[in-house]
Amino acid sequence: MARLKLPIAEYVRKYGPHISDSPAHGWDHKPAVDHVVKTHCCFCGMQCGIKLQVANNQVVGFEPWEEFPFNEGRLCPKGVKRYLQTHHPDRLTKPLIRCEDGFREAEWDEALDLVVAKVRDIQARRGNNAFAMMSGVSLTNEKSYLVGKFARLALNTANLDYNGRFCMVSAGAGNKKAFGIDRAANPWTDLPEAEVILIAGSNVSECFPTLMHYIWQARDRGARIIVVDPRVTPIGRTADLHLAVRPGTDSALNQAILHELIENGWVDDGFVRERSTGWAELAASVATCTAAWAEPITGVPADQIRRAARMWGQAKTSFLLHARGVEQHTKGVDNVLSLINLVLATGRIGRKGCGYGTITGQGNGQGGREHGHKCDQLPGNRDIENPAHRAHICGVWGIADDELPHKGKTAVELFEDMHEGAIEGLINICCNPMVSHPDMNYARAALERLPFLCVIDFFMSETARYADVVLPGSLHEEDEGTSTTAEGRVVRIRAAVSPPGDARTDTWILLELARRLGRADKFTYRDNEQIFNELRRASAGGTADYAGITWPRIEQEMGVFWPCPSEGHPGTPRLFEDHRSYHPDGAFHLYPTPYRPSFEVPDAAYPIYMTSGRSVFHYLSGTQTRRIKFLVDRAPGPLCEMHPSLAERLGLADRELVTIESRRGSLTIPLAVVETIRPDTIFVPYHWPEALAANQLTVRALDPVSKMPEFKVAACRVRAATPDEAARARTLFAELRLEAPDDVARRARMEHGA
Amino acid sequence: MTARFLEFYVDPQRCIGCKACEAACSECDTHRGTPMIHVDFVDPGVSTQTAATVCMHCENPTCASVCPADAIKVDDNGIVHSSLKPRCIACNNCELACPFGVPKISIGLQQMQKCDMCFDRTSVGKRPMCATVCPTGALFYGTPEQLRARRPQDHAINLWRFGVQEIRTRVRVMVPQGVDILDIDIADIAGAAGGDPAAPPAVDSTRRKEFL
Repeated sequence: MARLKLPIAEYVRKYGPHISDSPAHGWDHKPAVDHVVKTHCCFCGMQCGIKLQVANNQVVGFEPWEEFPFNEGRLCPKGVKRYLQTHHPDRLTKPLIRCEDGFREAEWDEALDLVVAKVRDIQARRGNNAFAMMSGVSLTNEKSYLVGKFARLALNTANLDYNGRFCMVSAGAGNKKAFGIDRAANPWTDLPEAEVILIAGSNVSECFPTLMHYIWQARDRGARIIVVDPRVTPIGRTADLHLAVRPGTDSALNQAILHELIENGWVDDGFVRERSTGWAELAASVATCTAAWAEPITGVPADQIRRAARMWGQAKTSFLLHARGVEQHTKGVDNVLSLINLVLATGRIGRKGCGYGTITGQGNGQGGREHGHKCDQLPGNRDIENPAHRAHICGVWGIADDELPHKGKTAVELFEDMHEGAIEGLINICCNPMVSHPDMNYARAALERLPFLCVIDFFMSETARYADVVLPGSLHEEDEGTSTTAEGRVVRIRAAVSPPGDARTDTWILLELARRLGRADKFTYRDNEQIFNELRRASAGGTADYAGITWPRIEQEMGVFWPCPSEGHPGTPRLFEDHRSYHPDGAFHLYPTPYRPSFEVPDAAYPIYMTSGRSVFHYLSGTQTRRIKFLVDRAPGPLCEMHPSLAERLGLADRELVTIESRRGSLTIPLAVVETIRPDTIFVPYHWPEALAANQLTVRALDPVSKMPEFKVAACRVRAATPDEAARARTLFAELRLEAPDDVARRARMEHGA
Repeated sequence: MTARFLEFYVDPQRCIGCKACEAACSECDTHRGTPMIHVDFVDPGVSTQTAATVCMHCENPTCASVCPADAIKVDDNGIVHSSLKPRCIACNNCELACPFGVPKISIGLQQMQKCDMCFDRTSVGKRPMCATVCPTGALFYGTPEQLRARRPQDHAINLWRFGVQEIRTRVRVMVPQGVDILDIDIADIAGAAGGDPAAPPAVDSTRRKEFL
């Protein structure tokens, strides 16, 4: 039973998060730079090009990479400061094994053999699927592919899933249903060619700052921007039209916009007749969905809905962007399809300035979701239950069909199985459910009941505290590989330094575990390029076809867009130029998306909508960014955003500590009274763990198709914190700013003039 | 021979408050760890509008005029530099007098430090750090021709009036079409808000509690 051995504060004291501000040699001395490595940012799906300065096997600074075409040197603060991680005092440099007083350091042989023994024991007693694996898409394509193969062939388990399930799977599922392919349809360079850009549920300005350049380019050419968001985010502030939609009602809004498009004759009749299926049913499904019908549901005035429809309908070119705001719902797939319907109804796809894209949130959210570490998927975005797809992968891997597991459980279902005891062991890499799992108190209970947990990570994540074995892995800048940006461009990730101390690359750890599990024959890679070359063969003929992409090509061409079926193929920046989808019938598929309420809506006991999202200063579960002082100084902890009218009604003041309660848990954090949010809704960013996790409040309900949890809608109530709650919150907030002992010592030296 | 210095433009409307400029500025080799650019909310709690404050590099810099030690110099490119360390007496006059609130006295260094438009970079033909990384173009370094080609609707000015003091700056700021001088009178602003010009800004401090 993996209950914590020590109070959380003890883990924080030993392993952090500590905040650190200093480059490897301090601010007062910068060594001569040995060489500069052109790579990409480890954070969001933009994968901005960046140059890392290296001296003595340490990253000592950064330089903008102005020649890389997507960002031309532009970065966000996370990208600028990411280099501070390589030498961070919290880095794990030895394998750790759980003991009576927390963890003890161990040698690799002992730690790896313990993992292998546990895998064998659990699988012998409970069957292969009782041992599961969770992965994440901050990993490179090579690692994502390797994790998929490792889980299927070395762990022999069907139960492998990944943190994209907590991110954007509703978009992937919607894309596959509509287009038969899961990728942004256009390169970002199409954005400036659009007359109107509809941004639904994406705080582009904070989550993808460098994409703002393209949106402003469009505005400079006269484009108009529509933003759909319950908050006036920085992109919402400058929008031509901001629709402050009530959380969980996007599909109703989009149905009403479609109704208006049809009523006003703004539909491309030829396109929907010749290039799509399902138009008649779709049109009939919105016949009564007038703007007046949608107004009370969405909270958006009917005239604004009509205005949005007019802007979209009358444009000649348009681009639709969406992100987690519409995807993280129990009807996330419907929300996505309701937006795609607007694109397809107007036939504005597959040409310059006419496009569509989900803005993938995680660093390799695009590539990572293509190559087989989803429970239902094989490399090349193949279907694990499709006999032909299985046969192709079995051929590449040299196995018989009965050696390849079938579809496993999705992320939240895996945690439910751990909770119920059906799963007894888990290897977790690149995922921190103690921040990111919905209904986090349930996830904690699942981990506490789990007989064996192995975590591979470079820092002691909040999840790793629950582990029996922690294996010190590598950062993005410590291993070679590729990732695929949110626009479908495959880019090269370069190793700038080697992992510190006894830490190893994630690749080494997976290969070593595979060897000790007796499958060395299936994992005979000389280097990561060989893994990529096998990925190319495995993806060949799939929708996400990388067959023609090579590492040298990527470097020469500053990235290659998939699909790229052969080495002579130029890659495919813009999909659907022939107005054919990737479905066997070549048509674009339209689906009715009848509005239904969210899983939990406010009632008398919990009268307020709670929604969650990101801050520009943090990335995902914050394991990395909560350790960088510059970022923590600017966003130390979560704040509850609330409209002044609601604050007034509740008798609450700005910066007062408030307790937010839902049916799952409670959270005490400071209040930020802002006029930039709907009066019926509060917002809490989700990057913090345990007692400061927004996910203590969220619901564990899933989209029936994508199995994505509903992070974006929960019912809550808010009151002033009790003195005890306030005291506890102050302690927790102080803990977020704990400085690394080395930094304290260095500053003391500087202050004393030494 | 130094490279040709280009124009620096600030467009607060594009600012998203990400502070990439502060992050990158603090990496500069001449003032490591300390940003010389600052991003603030314009109207906290009311709007998400933010704006970056960078040295405006005035033609006749107030900071230099009020410096009793003659420690603040403007070079041939119109760049106003941090105070000369041997001369600076850290008296604070520059900090108090600058109408843009830019110079800051470093107590530890006993010197006024401020943005020098990344002299170490711009003098060798590179762009300043802040304008290189800025993801939105709120900070732009280039020629007027480049600006016109990329942003035909933008209108930049460099003339300011603070009460009776008129200032021309090297750095330009984007304003609405038709505006050719930014007239900023603190008394006017207070008056327009309907209050007594002498009264402090209208912040309801009774409604605000500090949690830590």
